Amino acid sequence: MKHWFIGVLLSVTIAIPEAVSFENDAPLDDPVLEVRARELAKHIRCLVCQNQSIFDSDADLAKDLRQIVRERIMSGESDRAVTGYLVERYGDFVLLRPPVKPKTYLLWFGPAIIILFAGAGVVRFLRRTGASSGSPEALNSAERRRVKSLISDEEVD
Amino acid sequence: MNSRRLFFLLPVIVFGVLCAFFLRGLSLDPSTVPTALADKPVPFFDLPPLDDETIALASSDLVGEVALVNVFASWCLPCRVEHPLLMELAVTGKVALHGVNYKDKPEDARAWLDELGDPFLRIGADRDGRVGIDLGVYGVPETFVVDRTGRIRYKHVGPISQSDLEKYLLPLVEKLRQ
Repeated sequence: MKHWFIGVLLSVTIAIPEAVSFENDAPLDDPVLEVRARELAKHIRCLVCQNQSIFDSDADLAKDLRQIVRERIMSGESDRAVTGYLVERYGDFVLLRPPVKPKTYLLWFGPAIIILFAGAGVVRFLRRTGASSGSPEALNSAERRRVKSLISDEEVD
Repeated sequence: MNSRRLFFLLPVIVFGVLCAFFLRGLSLDPSTVPTALADKPVPFFDLPPLDDETIALASSDLVGEVALVNVFASWCLPCRVEHPLLMELAVTGKVALHGVNYKDKPEDARAWLDELGDPFLRIGADRDGRVGIDLGVYGVPETFVVDRTGRIRYKHVGPISQSDLEKYLLPLVEKLRQ
């Protein structure tokens, strides 16, 4: 009974459509432009809820920004021009995908650089230990006798 | 030998640098996004007055003297928190204080000002929030420091505290005056 109840609760939660918010707006008449507006909105951060795009967010500001995206696309602006308009006002932070530029090189290439260095370190380490160990030299007869006596001593103990 | 020792120290150094960054990150507030308009002229706007008791605010009004522009709304609780401080500031006359009433009903804003006092020289009514977006506003209250040439020099996000005012905003205003 309890499981059944939780199941219903879960299904209700999951059944919420991807973007309720977008459905409540008045879409553009041209479906091609509307699709473009939606795709663009998915890449723009809602500054109120920060980790949501304005496509997903129900915040008032997100709604206004969606409207601006629509208007600008309607008036024939390119996607780049629309994001440019927003970046001018809200900074690069408004883009969910940070642009690649000198200031963000460390962000984009840092992990690769770290892996490169770590890999070089690992290779260096493996080479060194590999070279120094190799296969051990064979024992001579005196050593072999000593090993034998050590083993038999242990057996006596 | 020396260079080898250095090589082994490298991870420790890298770790130390990372720690320094993370430690700094702990004391940063991720919800505060610095204005992208810093050192840029205030975007052009020409807002109607809130009602016939107030004077309108346009971007051209911000040229000539150092000013604070406070974006507020009657529905905004933190605005209520900082309001007494704005009232005090208005009395001292240390800096011109203007208001942008953001996405508000004029009658609500009027009631709010009648209740708490009106510290603003001019109040522009931004009913649809478009000017707010042009200014990069993402949550009220926000306060812009505008220099004599009409450039935005700083934006404070959230309610102003006494120490924000004394340690940062007023010294900045003083500096811009000179």
